Amino acid sequence: MTRARSIIWTRLVLIAGAIGLIELLCRLGIIKPLTIIAPSQMAFELARMIASGELAAPAAYTFMEVGTAFAVSVVAGGALGALVHAQPRLRRALDPLLASWYAVPFFVFYPLLVALFGLNALPLIAIGVIFAAPAMMLSTLAGLDRVPPVMRKVARVHRLSRVQEVRLITLPSAAPHLFTGLKLAFTYSFIGIIAGEFILSGGGLGYGIAYAYESFENRKMYALMLFVLLIATGVNGALHVWDGRLARRWGRT
Amino acid sequence: MSTGDEQIAHATLRGVTRVYQGVTPVHALGPLDLDLARGEFFSVVGPSGCGKSTLLDVLAGLSPPTAGKISFEGRPVVGEVPDGIGVVFQEDASFPWLAVRDNVAFGLRRAGTEPAEIARRVAYAIGFMGLDDFADAFPAQLSGGMRQRVCIARTLVLQPRLILLDEPFGALDQQTRLLMGDELLRLWRETSSTVLLITHALDEAALLSDRVGVMSARPGRFIDLVSTGWARDRDSRIASDPGFGAITARLWAALRPESIKAMGRTAS
Amino acid sequence: MMRLFDAAAVVAAILVIWLGLYAYAGDSAITPPLRTFAYAAELLSRASFWNHVGATMAAFAMALAISAIGGVALGLVLGMRRFAGEVTEPILSSFYTIPKVTLYPVMLLIFGLGMSAKVAFGVIHGIIPVMLFTIAGVKNIEPVLLRTARVLRLSPAQTALSVLAPAVTPEIITGLRVGFALTLLGVLIGEMFASQRGLGFLIINGIEVHDVRMMTTVTLIVVVFAVAANSLMLALDRHAHRFA
Repeated sequence: MTRARSIIWTRLVLIAGAIGLIELLCRLGIIKPLTIIAPSQMAFELARMIASGELAAPAAYTFMEVGTAFAVSVVAGGALGALVHAQPRLRRALDPLLASWYAVPFFVFYPLLVALFGLNALPLIAIGVIFAAPAMMLSTLAGLDRVPPVMRKVARVHRLSRVQEVRLITLPSAAPHLFTGLKLAFTYSFIGIIAGEFILSGGGLGYGIAYAYESFENRKMYALMLFVLLIATGVNGALHVWDGRLARRWGRT
Repeated sequence: MSTGDEQIAHATLRGVTRVYQGVTPVHALGPLDLDLARGEFFSVVGPSGCGKSTLLDVLAGLSPPTAGKISFEGRPVVGEVPDGIGVVFQEDASFPWLAVRDNVAFGLRRAGTEPAEIARRVAYAIGFMGLDDFADAFPAQLSGGMRQRVCIARTLVLQPRLILLDEPFGALDQQTRLLMGDELLRLWRETSSTVLLITHALDEAALLSDRVGVMSARPGRFIDLVSTGWARDRDSRIASDPGFGAITARLWAALRPESIKAMGRTAS
Repeated sequence: MMRLFDAAAVVAAILVIWLGLYAYAGDSAITPPLRTFAYAAELLSRASFWNHVGATMAAFAMALAISAIGGVALGLVLGMRRFAGEVTEPILSSFYTIPKVTLYPVMLLIFGLGMSAKVAFGVIHGIIPVMLFTIAGVKNIEPVLLRTARVLRLSPAQTALSVLAPAVTPEIITGLRVGFALTLLGVLIGEMFASQRGLGFLIINGIEVHDVRMMTTVTLIVVVFAVAANSLMLALDRHAHRFA
C-alpha cells in the first residue's frame, strides 16, 4: 500500500476508533447520557430532525446569515486589501491594528450593533463580517505582494492597458492567495455567526443549540451540534481539496 | 546580414544616461552610445551591477533615460514599449495559470488576431521551440529551461523585429545553456530579427554574437566592441574554432579589471 | 517620527468613530470616550473590580500554561514523527475551522460551571494553533541543517539544543502569540456563561442588565490589555524572526 493510502486509512481508523470508543463508553453507561449521548443516537436524532423538517427554518436562517456575511466580507476585504496595497504608508499605519484584530472579543459590540441595525439578523451578520473581512484583506495583501515584479514588465511589453493588466495578469497571479482568503472568509463567517447566535440568542442553529442546552434537551442539542460539525468539516474539506488541486496545477508563488 | 554599410541602424542610443533617484542617487548607466544594425546578433557583457539590465529596460522603453535619446526604426522611444520589440526576461515570466498553448497565444489574443491565424502561429512557435509534447501542460509541471522556452515562444509568436534577452539562461546549467544558445541562433536566422543578448557568460557571448559590447563597472559604459566575424550559419560547435579562444580572451582582458572593481564595491 | 504621527492618527480615527457611533446610537448602546475613561479609572481603584480581574487572570494563566506546554510538546512529537504528523494534521486543521461554540455545552456538562470550565474553554481555543505552528516549524527545518550537524559530529543533545531549538523557535513563538490571543478569547467567552466572576461575566452582565457604562468600560479595558499584550508578543515575534 502506498504511503498516501496508509495515511488516509490510518486517519479513518483513528476517527472511527474515537467515535467507536465514545459509543462504547456511552452504551456501557460509563459516560452518563446527561453528559454525552452515544454518537449513533446523535446521528439518528439528526436524521429524524431533517426528515420532520424542523431543521429547515433554523438552518436556512443561519445559512442566509453566513452567506451574506461571506459575500460582504469577500467584497469588502478584497477591495480594502487592494486599496491598502496601493498605499504603503496607510498599510504601515494599519499594520499593528490588523495584527491585534483577532485578540479582541467582538461579541461585546453586539448591543451597539443592535442599536445601530435593530434587533434582526444584521447585527450578527455584522459580527460575521468583522471577523471574516480582515482575513480576506490580509490574504489579498499577501496575494498582491507576491505578484512577481517581472509580470509588470511583461504587461508593458505586451502594451496592456492598466485595466487589462489587472484583469489578465495581476488577478490570476494573486489567485491562489485570494482563494485562501475565500476559505478563511467562509470559516470565520461561519464561526463568528454560529458563536454569535449561541451567545447572544440570535436565532438559527447556534441559538437552537443554546436553547436545547438550557431546556435539557440533550438529544436535540447533540443532533444540532453534529449538524454544524458536519457542515463545517464538509465545506472546509471541499474547499481544501479544491485548493490543493489548484496548487498542484499552478504551482505556488 | 550585418554592419559595415550605409544602412540606417535598427536601433540607436545616444548619450543615454540613467540615474536612479533616492536617498542617495545611483548613477547606474552611461553616458552610452550604441548602434544596432538590422539583423545583427549583439551581446552585452559586463560585471555585476554595471547596468546591463538597465540598458535593456531603457532600450525597450520600460524605463525612461535621465538623459539622451533612444530610437527604434527611426522613431524615438518614449515611455512605452514600441510595437515590434520583444523581451525575454531573466526571471520566469510564464503565466502559471495558463497552459503552455494559452501562454504562447497570449499576445496574439490581445492583438485581436484571427483565431485561425493564432492557432497556426502558436502551433508553429510551439513546434519550433520543441514544446509539442507539453502544449497542454502547465508551467508548474515543466523544468526551468522549458519555462524559458515557453517565454521565448510567447515572444517569437508576435514576430518581433528586435528581440531583447536579459540573461535568459541564467538559471540553467551550462550544458542546457549551450543547447539553448543553439536554439536562439536558429530563432535568429529563422526570423531575420535583430537580437540583443545580455549575458554574464563570456563564452556564450563569444559563441553566439556578431559583435560583443563590453561594459565597464557602474556607471556602465562601453569600453570595448569586439567583432567576431562568425558566419551566419553557426552553432555551439564553433567553440572548437581557434578564433573563439582569442575572442574570449580579449573579452576577459577588457572585463577583468572592471569585475575586480565591481567586486570590491559590493564587498564593502 | 512619521510612524508616531501615523499611529496617533489611527488612534484619533478610532476615537472619532467612537464619538460618531455615540452620537448616532446614544446612551443605550455605548458610552462616549471621556466618560468611559473616567469610569475605567474609578473601576481600577475598586478592590471588587480587581477580584474579577484576578479571577480572569487565574483562569487565563492556567489555560495558557496548558495550551503552551501541551501544544508545544504535542506539536514537537507530531512534527518529528512524520507519519503521525501527516495523519493528524488535517484533523487538527478541521478542528480549527469548527465553531468551538458547538463544544461549549459538552464542556459545561463535563466540567460544570466555574473555573475548570473556563480553563477548558481557553484550552480548546488556544492549544490547536500552538500545535499547528509547532508542527510547521519542525517540518520546515532545512534537512541540510541536520546533515551539517552530523558532519560536525554533534551529539543528539547538542543537535537538539544548538541546531533544532533555534530553527524551530521562531515558528513556536508565532504559534504562542496566536494561541495567547485565542486563549484569552476562550476564557472570556467561558466567563460569559460559566461563571459569576471575571471580566467576561462583567461584560455579559452589563449587557443583560443594560448597564451600558459597565459594558463599554470593561470592554475597553479588555481590548487595551489584549492589544497591548499582542503588540508585545508581536515585537517578540519579529525579534525571533529577524534572521528569516
